[in-house]
Amino acid sequence: MRIDATELDFSALNRAIRTSEPACEITGCLGQRFIAAGMDDIDVTIEGIPGNALGAYLNGGTITVRGNAQDAVGDTMNAGRIVIHGNVGDAAGYAMRGGEIYIRKNAGYRAGIHMKAYRDKVPVMIIGGVAGSFLGEYQAGGLILVLGLERGNRRIVHNFPCTGMHGGKMILRDECQDVIFPSQVDVRKADEQDRAEIRAVLTPYCACFGLDLDDMMDAPFTVVTPSGTNPYQQLYIAN
Amino acid sequence: MGVELFYPEFEVVRNYDRCIACRVCERQCANEVHSLLESKGIMISDESKCVNCQRCVALCPTRALKIVKSNCTLRENANWQNDTIREIYKQAQSGGILLSSMGNPKPLPVYWDKILINASQVTNPPIDPLREPMETRVFLGKKPERVQRDETGALKCELPPQLELTMPIMFSAMSYGSLSYNAHASLARAAEKLGILYNTGEGGLHEDFLRYGKNTIVQVASGRFGVHEGYLRSGAAIEIKMGQGAKPGIGGHLPGTKIVGDVSRTRMIPEGTDAISPAPHHDIYSIEDLRQLVFSLKEATEYQKPVIVKVAAVHNIAAIASGIARSGADIIAIDGFRGGTGAAPTRIRDNVGIPIELALAAVDQRLRDEGIRNSISLVVGGSIRNASDVVKAIALGADAVYIATAGLIALGCHLCRTCQTGRCNWGIATQRPDLVRRLNPDIGCERLVNLLTAWQHEIMEMMGGMGINSIEALRGNRLMLRGIGLTGKELEILGIAHAGE
Repeated sequence: MRIDATELDFSALNRAIRTSEPACEITGCLGQRFIAAGMDDIDVTIEGIPGNALGAYLNGGTITVRGNAQDAVGDTMNAGRIVIHGNVGDAAGYAMRGGEIYIRKNAGYRAGIHMKAYRDKVPVMIIGGVAGSFLGEYQAGGLILVLGLERGNRRIVHNFPCTGMHGGKMILRDECQDVIFPSQVDVRKADEQDRAEIRAVLTPYCACFGLDLDDMMDAPFTVVTPSGTNPYQQLYIAN
Repeated sequence: MGVELFYPEFEVVRNYDRCIACRVCERQCANEVHSLLESKGIMISDESKCVNCQRCVALCPTRALKIVKSNCTLRENANWQNDTIREIYKQAQSGGILLSSMGNPKPLPVYWDKILINASQVTNPPIDPLREPMETRVFLGKKPERVQRDETGALKCELPPQLELTMPIMFSAMSYGSLSYNAHASLARAAEKLGILYNTGEGGLHEDFLRYGKNTIVQVASGRFGVHEGYLRSGAAIEIKMGQGAKPGIGGHLPGTKIVGDVSRTRMIPEGTDAISPAPHHDIYSIEDLRQLVFSLKEATEYQKPVIVKVAAVHNIAAIASGIARSGADIIAIDGFRGGTGAAPTRIRDNVGIPIELALAAVDQRLRDEGIRNSISLVVGGSIRNASDVVKAIALGADAVYIATAGLIALGCHLCRTCQTGRCNWGIATQRPDLVRRLNPDIGCERLVNLLTAWQHEIMEMMGGMGINSIEALRGNRLMLRGIGLTGKELEILGIAHAGE
């Protein structure tokens, strides 16, 4: 089913998605915010540029964007998959608890901030290009993987990655000689077990974007984990 | 030990003529103050562990115990008081940030106590609430500016979503985790019985409490703990927490030791990991960004729930509130600097923010001046202690109040201010199963219902005395208030005249 978003504001567009069949294609998208917020059991494909908070509180289903997306993609999403063929703006995957966000190109500031995990819910965010500053700030769970494709001479991640990280894992497809990490994380080269995990999460990602999995794996990977789950414990004294 | 050794703050006075060494005090004290000296068969105490929660005093069957403030103190000094010196010792020893619980205990002005309520005499006679109907019901949410009619002249009755309360009082946010299961059960049940609402705080929602949904406000804070689509839909309203009166400008931090069992489940984070709520929402840097969060929540819940934005009362609160009113929020909640907390840095709790009375008056006036007062409801908290505080808050311009500490006291809290230890002997601010069991939710619920039923009667009596039979007619009716012992500037901000004027 096709929805022409040209004349629709965000509420009307969301009503159209709710009342359409699960599989629908939105054309003429021009910055409408909150697309598919709080929905599940959907399969939405978007032509054009969705506005901020695409798939906020998403609880299942799939959203595919055949271009760029703006800020706060997948804010607090709980399940489902968001696939972006271009770039995303800032704060992608804020506090996401489950599901996957696959970004083919670059991400802005604060991607994966406060990402968490719980029981069977382990969110995965894969950024094909490079990530902006504060990647994985306050990360509490899940996996953030940055591939650094087509990055030219840019660093794979800009300043202050992992600030306040206290859970989960970040993997960067690079030796990261030029990246400065905070003191409360452990940084190491990926071992065989890590590489198996990377291969597993990259398989569906590569299928989405028609990338060659072996090419992707043919590179050094750096793994970052927090040194403890209670890094701030010692700061207080009962009064 | 050595230089920082301080004589304990409290003394346990045991009357050995009465003590029967039954060891109740020993079993009741989670701080392990009391013990039996086997060799002599008598009870002894380690006062250094005592927090003066009065649990042993209350349960001693022979009334043999008394906790008193120690008079073994340093030489009196109005500038370098004992607490000040004690805090320096603690920090010199540990290098830590001082952490306290419950509201600001400092002797800063309580404006409620400097405001007096009017009553009718001779003209516009008082109303007897026992004989005549008295309306305390309020509706929170956006109200239309004027009556609207369609083409045929019929009234347009569609309103944005409203919360209906039987009285202008709600229980404010206290998370499951900072509070025990039984404390939450008491609040939820009481809210249902009373026809008001309680608030989950940023701790998620236990599935046992889903059935109180229409009496529940679900909170969304910067850490987004336990927030998912089902959670957003399960309450009657959604509150975005931007700030808290006890700790404006900083985030929350529930230590991993408290993230156990069900608490880990409702927050949806693994056991033992710290729950860190950052100070800001990292996607909110402006009113426009706030508007984005408000509308993402409205879209996700299809405009069925009012959205509350909660902020701490800070210096520029009137302008902030004006921004919030324009963000699309339905209700603004303002928390004053005496508001309670399960844990906050002492310096921030005691020094940051402003009194709720001044904030409320300033906000109500600002929203009126800008002609947007009806586009948002105003809820205030931050130490509403009794029914007269409620009446004064309504007359200063609030639509309703949030209470929390008063509710906890009804549940048995003795304000010992050590919630952060997790060893609450009254079963309120703890997750230890043996302590949680001490709070019976049936009795807790009943006591909360008693408290607020009594307050409601008192509110009606005070309204009746003023010749007012509807809470709507009291709201923002500052002519019903007079200041006592206030400066011209304070009266100007409060928008009230001095007693005698």
